[in-house]
Amino acid sequence: MATELAQGRQPAPNAADLGGHHQRRWVLVFAVLALAVYLFYRFLLPNLPDSTQTTFQGWLPLLSVNEALVWVIAAVGLNIVVGYAGLLDLGFVAFWAIGGYTAGWIMSSFFYQVKNGFSIFSTASGQPGIHLNWWLVLLVAGLFCAFCGIIIGAPTLRLKSDYLALVTLGFGEIIPQVFKNGESVFGFNLTNGVKGIAPLDEITVVPGGKSLGPFDLETKYLLFVGIAAFCVFVSLRIREGRLGRAWLAIREDELAASMMGVPLMRSKLAAYAVGAFMGGLAGVVYAVHVNSVFSDQFSFSISIILLAMVVLGGMGNVWGVIVGALLLAWFNSTGLPQFGDWFNGQFNTEVNFPSYNFLIFGSLLVLMMLFRREGFFPETRTRQVLQEPERTGLESVGADLEGVTS
Amino acid sequence: MTDTSVAGASAGARGAGDALTATGVTVRFGGLIAVRDVSFSIPQGGIVSLIGPNGAGKTTFFNVLTGLYKPHKGRVVLGDTDVTGRSPHTIASMGMARTFQNIRLFGLMTATENVMVAMHSHMRSGLLGTIFRMPGQRHEEHASREFAHELLDFVGIGGTADQYARNLSYGDQRRLEVARALALKPSVLLLDEPTAGMNPQESARFVDFVHRVRDEKQVSVLLIEHDMSVVMRVSERITVLDQGEKIAEGGPDEIRSNPRVVEAYLGRTGTEGSAR
Repeated sequence: MATELAQGRQPAPNAADLGGHHQRRWVLVFAVLALAVYLFYRFLLPNLPDSTQTTFQGWLPLLSVNEALVWVIAAVGLNIVVGYAGLLDLGFVAFWAIGGYTAGWIMSSFFYQVKNGFSIFSTASGQPGIHLNWWLVLLVAGLFCAFCGIIIGAPTLRLKSDYLALVTLGFGEIIPQVFKNGESVFGFNLTNGVKGIAPLDEITVVPGGKSLGPFDLETKYLLFVGIAAFCVFVSLRIREGRLGRAWLAIREDELAASMMGVPLMRSKLAAYAVGAFMGGLAGVVYAVHVNSVFSDQFSFSISIILLAMVVLGGMGNVWGVIVGALLLAWFNSTGLPQFGDWFNGQFNTEVNFPSYNFLIFGSLLVLMMLFRREGFFPETRTRQVLQEPERTGLESVGADLEGVTS
Repeated sequence: MTDTSVAGASAGARGAGDALTATGVTVRFGGLIAVRDVSFSIPQGGIVSLIGPNGAGKTTFFNVLTGLYKPHKGRVVLGDTDVTGRSPHTIASMGMARTFQNIRLFGLMTATENVMVAMHSHMRSGLLGTIFRMPGQRHEEHASREFAHELLDFVGIGGTADQYARNLSYGDQRRLEVARALALKPSVLLLDEPTAGMNPQESARFVDFVHRVRDEKQVSVLLIEHDMSVVMRVSERITVLDQGEKIAEGGPDEIRSNPRVVEAYLGRTGTEGSAR
C-alpha cells in the first residue's frame, strides 16, 4: 500500500494515512461484526428466553438488518459518485429502480410470452418467462445500470455542479415514472404499471443448490453481506489506483486536473458507471428481499435518504458511509416506529412518530451542517479541511493582491 | 504597427525546429479583442518570457496555448503536431505542462499524489486491473510512485512527500506545482508568474532553478513574469505584449532599451506624445 511503498522516507508529522493499518483494522472490525450478527441470529437468539426474543425481534429484527444492507450497497455506490468524484447526484433512485426492474424481467415469469421458459441455473426452470440464476442477474443488472449511467451521464456531466444536481433530480423522477406508466409501451406490457412484478424466483447460494424461501433470512443475510463487502472492496481498491486519484483531483480542482492530462468526461463517466453498477446491485438485492418490484417503491425520498447516509457517515470514507447507512436505515424502518410505540405506551399519547421522519432527518442534516460538516467518520483528508485553518488561506493573500495589482 | 508585422513574420518563419509555435493567434471576448494576431515561438530548449503590463493578454494567450480557450484565428503547433482546438487534457498529455498564477494544487491530496495525478495520461491500468490489483497495475503504481518521489527530490521538497499539499509552505507549493507539471514529461513547460509572492532571495534562487529544470529535464520554458530582475536574468528571449498585440521581441538588452516597451510600461512622456 501507499505507506509501505513510501517507506524509507520519514513520514511527515501529519502524514496522510492512505490505506495501510488503519484500513485493515476497519476490515477486521466489520468482518467480525458481520459474522457475530450471523451467529447471534442463527444460533444464540433461538435459545434465549421468549421475552428477550420478542424484544429483539421488535427492535432489531433480521429483516430490517437485511434491508439496511440494501441501503449500504446503494450508499457505497452513491459515495463513489458524490464522495469520491464530487458530483452531486440527487436522483440515485433511478439506478436502484432500473436494477430492480431488471431483476423483475429476467428472474420471474413476467414475460409469459416466452412460453417454454428460458432459464440458466434457475430454481424456476421449465416455467414460462425468463429465469436466470440470481448471481447472473446481479451481473446483468449491474452492467445494465452502468450502461444507463453512461447514457444519462454523457449529456449531463458537462454541466457544472448545481445544474448537474438539478438534471439528476429530474432523472430520478422520470425513471420511476416511466416504470409506473410502462404498462403499454406501443401495446407491450413492459413494467406492469402500478401492479408491479411479483413474485420473483427464489434464489440459491450456489447454482443448483437449495432454494431460499422467505424465511431463510440468515442465509440471505450472509449473501447480502457478501455483496456489500464486494462493493466496499471495489471502492477501496479503486480509490488507491489511477482512476481514484483522478476522481479526487477532479473533486479538488477540475480545471487543474484537466490541465494535468486527466480526461474530465471519461473519468466522471467512469465514476457514474461504477456508482450505477452498485445502485443496480442494490436494486436486485432489494427486489429479492421484498420478493417484488413496484414503481411506488422508488420515490424521491430514497435519493435523499441515500445522500443523507453519505453525508452523515462522512463523505468519501466508505466505513463512515456504511455506519451512516446502517444507522439511518434502521432508524427509518424500525427504530423510529419502535420508539414511537414505546413513547406512546409510556406517556399515553398518540403521536405518529414515523410520519415525522423527514422532519427528524431534515433537522439532523441541518444540525450536522452546523456542527459537524465532515460527517461522523470523515476521511482523513476531509477532517483536515474542517478542523484546521488552511495555511495558504492566509499566506496567499499577499500573492492574490500582487496578482490584482500587477 | 510595423514592428509587430516584422516581428510576427520572423517568428512565423522559424517553424519546424521549435518546441512550440503559435501563428497569428487572435482571441475575442465579445467585442473585446484580448489577443490580436500574435505569432510567437519557443525554440527547442530555450527559456523565453512573455511580459507586458496589466491586461496585455498574457494569461489569455497562455490559455490558448494550453487549450483552455480556442483561438478565433491562428494555430498552435506543439513540436510537429497541430494542437489548435484540442482539449486541454489532450494537449497536456502531448507534452505541454503548466503551473498557475494563483497556485492550483489538489489541496487534500499528498504531494506524492499530486504528482501522480499528472502521470494519469502516461499510465495504462484500467478498472479491472485496479480492482484485482493485477501484476501490471502493481508494477505501474510502484514505478509512478518512485518517479513522483524522484521529482519531489528534484524540486527539493522530497521530505514533504506524504504531506497534504494545502499544508505546505507557500514556496514549497510553488515547487510542488513544478514537480507536478514535470510529471507529464513535457516538452514545453509554461510557468505563469512563478515568483509571485517570493522575496528577492527566493526569486534569485528561482532563476537558477529554472535553468536546472531546463538542463536536466530537457524542456523548453515559457514564463509569464512581472519581476523584471527575474525576467532579465532568466530569459534568452523576451516577447512583450501590450493591449493584446505583440509590440516587441528580442534579447533582454534589446527589450530594456526598446522605446515602445518603455512607453507601454511607463506611459508616454509629454513631448513624445505630442510628437506622434
